[in-house]
Amino acid sequence: MPTLNRRKFLSHGTAAAGALGLAHTMPAWARGATGGTLARRGSDVLSGEHLTMTVADAAFQTGRRHGAAVTVNGTLPGPLVRLKEGQDLVVDLVNNSSEGTSIHWHGMLVPFLMDGVPGVTMAAVKPGETFRYKFPIRQAGTYWWHAHTLQEPMGHYGPIVIDPLEPDPFTWDREYVLMLSDWSPMRPMTIMKKLRTQADYFNYHQTTATDDYPLSGAERRMWAKMRMSPTDIADVTGSTYTYLINGHGPQDGLELPFTPGERIRLRIINGSAMTFFNIRMPGLPMTVVQADGQNVQPVETDEFQIGVAETYDVLITPQDAQAFAFVAESIDRSGMGVAMLTSRPGARAPVPALRKPPVLTMADMGMTMGSGAMAGMDHGAMEGMDMGSDESGMKMSGMKMRDTSLLPPDVKAGPGLDMVAMNPVDRMDFPGLGLDNVDHRVLTYKQLVAAKPNPDPRKPTRLKEIHLTANMERYMWSFDGQKFDAVTDKPIRFAFNERVRVRLVNDTMMVHPIHLHGHFFELVNGHDGFQPLKHTVNVQPGGSATFDLTANEPGDWAFHCHLFYHMHQGMFQIVTVRPLQEGAEL
Amino acid sequence: MRYLLALPLLVASPAFAQDQTDHAGHHPEASTQKPTDQSGGAASTPDGATSDETMKGMGSMDHSMMDGSMDHGTMDHMQMGHDMGMSHGDSAQTSSDDIPQSPPPPEAFSGPAFAADQYVGADIMAESRAHVVREVSGLPVFWSMADRAEYRARQGRDGYLWDVQGAYGGHTDKFWFKSEGEGNFGEKPESAEIQALWSHAIGPWFDVQAGVRQDLVGPSRTHAVLGIQGLVPYKFEVDAAAFISNKGDVTARIEGELDQRITQRLILQPRAEISLAAQDIPELGVGSGIDRVEAGLRLRYEFAREFAPYIGVAQEWKVGRSADYARAAGEDPSVTNFVVGVRFWF
Repeated sequence: MPTLNRRKFLSHGTAAAGALGLAHTMPAWARGATGGTLARRGSDVLSGEHLTMTVADAAFQTGRRHGAAVTVNGTLPGPLVRLKEGQDLVVDLVNNSSEGTSIHWHGMLVPFLMDGVPGVTMAAVKPGETFRYKFPIRQAGTYWWHAHTLQEPMGHYGPIVIDPLEPDPFTWDREYVLMLSDWSPMRPMTIMKKLRTQADYFNYHQTTATDDYPLSGAERRMWAKMRMSPTDIADVTGSTYTYLINGHGPQDGLELPFTPGERIRLRIINGSAMTFFNIRMPGLPMTVVQADGQNVQPVETDEFQIGVAETYDVLITPQDAQAFAFVAESIDRSGMGVAMLTSRPGARAPVPALRKPPVLTMADMGMTMGSGAMAGMDHGAMEGMDMGSDESGMKMSGMKMRDTSLLPPDVKAGPGLDMVAMNPVDRMDFPGLGLDNVDHRVLTYKQLVAAKPNPDPRKPTRLKEIHLTANMERYMWSFDGQKFDAVTDKPIRFAFNERVRVRLVNDTMMVHPIHLHGHFFELVNGHDGFQPLKHTVNVQPGGSATFDLTANEPGDWAFHCHLFYHMHQGMFQIVTVRPLQEGAEL
Repeated sequence: MRYLLALPLLVASPAFAQDQTDHAGHHPEASTQKPTDQSGGAASTPDGATSDETMKGMGSMDHSMMDGSMDHGTMDHMQMGHDMGMSHGDSAQTSSDDIPQSPPPPEAFSGPAFAADQYVGADIMAESRAHVVREVSGLPVFWSMADRAEYRARQGRDGYLWDVQGAYGGHTDKFWFKSEGEGNFGEKPESAEIQALWSHAIGPWFDVQAGVRQDLVGPSRTHAVLGIQGLVPYKFEVDAAAFISNKGDVTARIEGELDQRITQRLILQPRAEISLAAQDIPELGVGSGIDRVEAGLRLRYEFAREFAPYIGVAQEWKVGRSADYARAAGEDPSVTNFVVGVRFWF
């Protein structure tokens, strides 16, 4: 296996030299304007107890797009870090790039000083400098790593697979790691500027006089009156992104060979900056066995929506056909990542066309009335509402779109808040925008049941409510109406070993993947004692999501929306767990 | 535009692209063959069940879970004898009812404010933190736009008009500048002004703007400016400002425009502007009350968001005493302009 050869090669610590060697063979035209070499697609494998990861400026090309990128060890994505539960790990991060860098080990239980967040747990590693990460591997499963700097969306990410000490409670014959990402030839600062100048800059699915969205005139006027858009599904879209699977765009022909009848484990990681994906393989059901690196009781489905930074492991058993398409369709349906499962080289299955883009509903405005009203909102329901004019906020049968009296006192209702969810209900039974009306099975959070009993049976002693707040027009994003610069010295505080229930209320019309560093929390989804463990939870528009947390990792931990440009506009906070313990620094 | 720019690179790249494809084909990344002995044996799962049982449990689960219901028998097998009805809505909320929203316990406030300081160094962390706080709280951006830059065909001499503005700043506070002017080709500009404003968000939709305006042609005038700019319901963009000149004259201007998308790139923009004056200003040809009204309709095509040529029509009326001043000066108080221009920003 070439993979094994490369692994051996890399374990001798010559990864950096290899990347440099490649640089010398690169013709001048292939070097980007940044002076970097063209990134190779896909990851090499790094294993062992001492790894070197070298960050460099690069260029990347996929389809007709070409632009600046960042590579780690010369590839995009960077290396697959394959570890064994119980081993020790040392990683030397070498910064050969022109910007500050870091590596955050997403979903991994590490001492907080090893968490890799500049400004919180370390200072960014400056160009020319090296940083040594050192920590024991205390878990198993599928995870990923990425920079916690502006380099992340440019290619500074890669998969982590940790083989368990005890075998997983399921078997497979072959496995593939599929790292999904969104790459743009625009630099992150450019994208940020466009969004700040015109929040719908990248949206080419807007309502128009000639569209065929299932919206009545009254509904269109209602959205206009609210100064909001029913097609505001994704801030950055296929108009600039190429959706990559292991660095391969849809035209790059990524093939995943299989032998008919064998069981294959797919480790699917969403390493995107901004993109939720709908994952499906037409004609091939899948059995979800792991979410966010933690085993769940197997559940069969035909499609699922994966939030940014989530991971899902699924088992598939392709049989008769010569090929199956693996499709990662962006949530707004402006593009897709495609790979081909093939039983012989070159075999191709039809790639399904992009489906019609979804539109937001009453539920996404936080206006769900009672149960059952959630799935498949009846658009007609809005027509009966009072459209009478009102000076302060949108009134509909006495309902306001921005009734700040509904907010707890610690939520700041300033310019950064354009909506308050009137009746935010738990939406863990929602399959995701655009997937509530498809004619096949779609996974929901309600279906996730932990494989093992939850480790901490204590009932939470207190409830902490956190509101996700925004002003789309101004492109401001925050927790509790306050951007990070307003709460730098007012962290979210937990006592060591405290058991807390956290309720996230989404006062926006976008779905947010909220990530807590250094911990697993348990989704409160009705499966008491077997609540699924996750590091990232999607909070559906206008709804809420609740998790239980045992705060047993002392230190400072980043807590943020994993949509890159939301985090960078203020949706970032620090969680502190105190008291610190002696030896916390390793 | 992007595609066009990328083209020369593509032309130069086929040989290398070929190389990439081959490489990818021969090394399907991250693919590893698992040893088959993993599938044998009844490996123990952490919760005590054998993997065989677990797989059986999977087999007996109700797969049509779209409606959120689960097979109770299966769940009992998993030792979860509690309410698995999983009604829609807020089961989590209900069970959270008896959990108080109390403050953190005292020990949560113990220890250092910033945990990394004592290990990394307080100075190093303070510098890093300052950088990151800025970076994740909305860095300032600069933006500049010509909303209208147009040629105006009309009776008599054809004319031109510019209407540009720009801003630098964060989410809520910005330095804002505006400039407008118009004239006939071959003559001195009829009007030209520039404004420098501080813009501050006063709510989700509106900024208050205050600053100075300098008139660049005609009698020298400097004005204090106080205005409001933002988005009203139905997505009309509105800019209303009052001016007090260094001669004590009070005037005001209200502009509104609306983007009506015909397609994703073809946009019809109705626009209206009303100028008001509190007093006659004969040397400027301005009469008290409503001074001027302009209504326009522009159709633009966004080749890129930043670059949209347009055509349109703009009707101007001088009203009341202003119309009298115009007639006295031998001008027509009502002018129809056929316009062609470009809207662009960067």
